[in-house]
Amino acid sequence: MRVALVTGASRGIGRAVADRLAEQGHRLVLHGHDPERIAAAAGEITAKFGVTVVHAAGDIADPATSRALARLSFDTFKRLDALVVNAGTHAAGMLGMTPDATVERLFAVNAAGAAYTLQNAVRLLARGQSPAVVLTASVTGDQGVAGQAVYAASKAAVAGLTRSAAKELGPRGIRVNAVAPGFITTDMLDSLDEAGRAERIAHTALGRLGTAGEVADVIVFLLSEQARFVTGQILGVDGGLTL
Amino acid sequence: MTELQRLREAFRTALDLPADEPVDDLRYQDHEKWDSLAHMSLVAAIEDEFSVMIDTDDVINMSSFAEAARILGKYGVDVK
Repeated sequence: MRVALVTGASRGIGRAVADRLAEQGHRLVLHGHDPERIAAAAGEITAKFGVTVVHAAGDIADPATSRALARLSFDTFKRLDALVVNAGTHAAGMLGMTPDATVERLFAVNAAGAAYTLQNAVRLLARGQSPAVVLTASVTGDQGVAGQAVYAASKAAVAGLTRSAAKELGPRGIRVNAVAPGFITTDMLDSLDEAGRAERIAHTALGRLGTAGEVADVIVFLLSEQARFVTGQILGVDGGLTL
Repeated sequence: MTELQRLREAFRTALDLPADEPVDDLRYQDHEKWDSLAHMSLVAAIEDEFSVMIDTDDVINMSSFAEAARILGKYGVDVK
């Protein structure tokens, strides 16, 4: 059975991906920031789906965390067939009113953390069967959103990482794609106020927020054999927000 | 087979070298077959042979056969 590593798997999109992959019989390496939450998620998934799940916790902005995840994957399974680079953080802030610490944190987690994760996993993926990577970008990284300039910039970095990695790793048989969620009902949206949410919905053709499960379904598709000729794509999962 | 012989074999296999070719003096990019792409295959072969996971900084610093032997020492493999 395939082996998948999912970062940011305690909740939201990452947890929904982990559930779907486990349902398909994947063996899992799960990462979460909080040790108790990721341990609980791993226990629930094992109990529900009966698959092997190992887990580790840590700040993905620290390269030691993704090194530890790679080592755990190597020690347990010797390879990775699928990687979901999902751990991220969100903060809104107007230009001129965003603290330096917030700027640094957004880039450290969303951009550097993604690069560390992919870099540390690449040799494990090279040993995998039909290996595929999906990163979680954001519609904001391409379209831009007032009040989220720094978050958008950090997610634009994910898109650049995705396209470059697809070109570099394609000759080695590794596909790399990203999803660009629109406005999704996850904890990360808590930093938007009600007016902000209403405004987002008004701009979404389907007239509602998306769910983590709807993004997870697309991630699972991009990891699958059905997407075997797809690489270097940033696929919007946004209900028509970008039309 | 000693650890030294295992490391030599990993080099020959990953770099597609003849079985009798000396490798102890090999240096990264001094040999036509040890380029950046082959380097990743070489690191993977060493990891598989010795069942270790080598950190990125050590991958970058693995500039010769001798350096590979030294780096393996950090992971508990005594190459003699």
